Amino acid sequence: MIGWKQIPPGMVILEAGSALKIKTGSWRAAYKPRWIEENCIQCLLCWLYCPDNAVKVEDGKRQDFDYEYCKGCGLCALECPGKKGNKAIVMEEEVR
Amino acid sequence: MVTPLNLKELSKKELRFTAGHRLCAGCAAPTVVKMILLAACDYPVVVASSTGCLEVSSCISTYTAWKVPWIHSAFENAAATLSGVESMYKALKKQGKIDKEIKFIAICGDGGTYDIGLQSLSGAMERWHDMLYVCYNNEAYMNTGIQRSGATPTYADTTTCPAGSVIPGKPQPRKDLTKIMAAHGIPYVAQAAPSHWPDLMKKVRKALEIPGPKFMNIFTPCNRGWRTRTDDAILLSRLAVDTCFWPLYEVEKGVVRVTYKPKEKKPIEEFLKLQGRFRHLFEPGREQLISELQRMIDENWERLLKEEEIFASKEEEKEEVVK
Ligand SMILES: Cc1ncc(C[n+]2csc(CCOP(=O)(O)OP(=O)(O)O)c2C)c(N)n1
Ligand code: SF4
Ligand code: SF4
Ligand code: SF4
Ligand SMILES: [Mg+2]
Repeated sequence: MIGWKQIPPGMVILEAGSALKIKTGSWRAAYKPRWIEENCIQCLLCWLYCPDNAVKVEDGKRQDFDYEYCKGCGLCALECPGKKGNKAIVMEEEVR
Repeated sequence: MVTPLNLKELSKKELRFTAGHRLCAGCAAPTVVKMILLAACDYPVVVASSTGCLEVSSCISTYTAWKVPWIHSAFENAAATLSGVESMYKALKKQGKIDKEIKFIAICGDGGTYDIGLQSLSGAMERWHDMLYVCYNNEAYMNTGIQRSGATPTYADTTTCPAGSVIPGKPQPRKDLTKIMAAHGIPYVAQAAPSHWPDLMKKVRKALEIPGPKFMNIFTPCNRGWRTRTDDAILLSRLAVDTCFWPLYEVEKGVVRVTYKPKEKKPIEEFLKLQGRFRHLFEPGREQLISELQRMIDENWERLLKEEEIFASKEEEKEEVVK
């Protein structure tokens, strides 16, 4: 947090995307998603739908979750088509 | 080169709305913003938002989730603010001080669009500013505690039209803002929903290619205000479309086209029963309220199909004349 004297006039924020400093992963209360790679068909729907950009994708390929930001909403797990009816994302109890 | 609208290619693009925002877990607003900005990925954009959940939660103190130039305007005037910016851009372009092809997008809540911001929106459209105005429609004033708006559907429970023994939620019909915007005679107006993301992104792309004023109304589930689970934003969006509660269509140069017709129209109960804001409708003795809602939806859907039909037959007539 900076003091008001350091804030540019007009409350302009000069650093684009500075919200990344806020690690919203601490919001996860009860559940946490887990990726089951063998059931993943790489459709990337979880990447598109996640409201918190918490699904990492590199060079068009899904990677693991970004737990620094995942709020544990479960949307990705509900929408994941998985392979032959087996979900590639399951929600599990959060252990802190 | 135009980036194709497939997820593999889009995932290689920079996300211009970052994580770390403070919208509720499972809120559909950031997903809708992600889809808009991905569809616009080939352009530099300037965005304006009126006060509301998206604005408040994306720029707390010195932390912003935006990676594009973004302006917070007051609740009632995002369209006026953005039309000023667009005019300045045009002037600078004329003077040769800027040569980039920049797109201007307003992303505002339904309260800021249907109600308090309607006159500034109407003015900006009528003055023909080159901008796309998007309403992320969560059907109430969510940021201040779920008050009813012009977009709140009939019989929904909100804090200012509480369902009880006096009224069964909001007694009035919702305002059909998409039609009001089409009546401005602007070149492009559309309704979209995030569950049907290729349709949504195609509409954003199309809108950005058309010069002049454009308007899109995007269905945006809000689990906090609708009293639903945190994981079902996309499911509810799909049900809204499949029950014809939220038809997907566009009006291009006055021609109506329904962009998605459910193979089997689902009964409205399927959409209602998952949401706490409609829970009272399932109490015994209130069956006729659901039939009433069903009738309103059916009438609206039939009217829309008829409107589409009128234009389709006119197009055929034109073709015959050409032959
Ligand atoms: C002139 C004015 N009146 C009231 C408010 C308080 N206010 C801030 S956000 C908001 C509701 C916004 O509703 P909506 O545009 O639907 O966005 P949502 O929060 O639902 O996403 C209200 C009433 C304000 N900021 N300015
Ligand atoms: S939605 Fe499921 S199947 Fe698709 S990429 Fe994500 S984890 Fe894999
Ligand atoms: S649980 Fe929610 S926040 Fe976490 S990765 Fe899935 S969709 Fe994103
Ligand atoms: S109240 Fe609704 S719209 Fe606002 S952040 Fe929460 S889920 Fe999103
Ligand atoms: Mg709203």
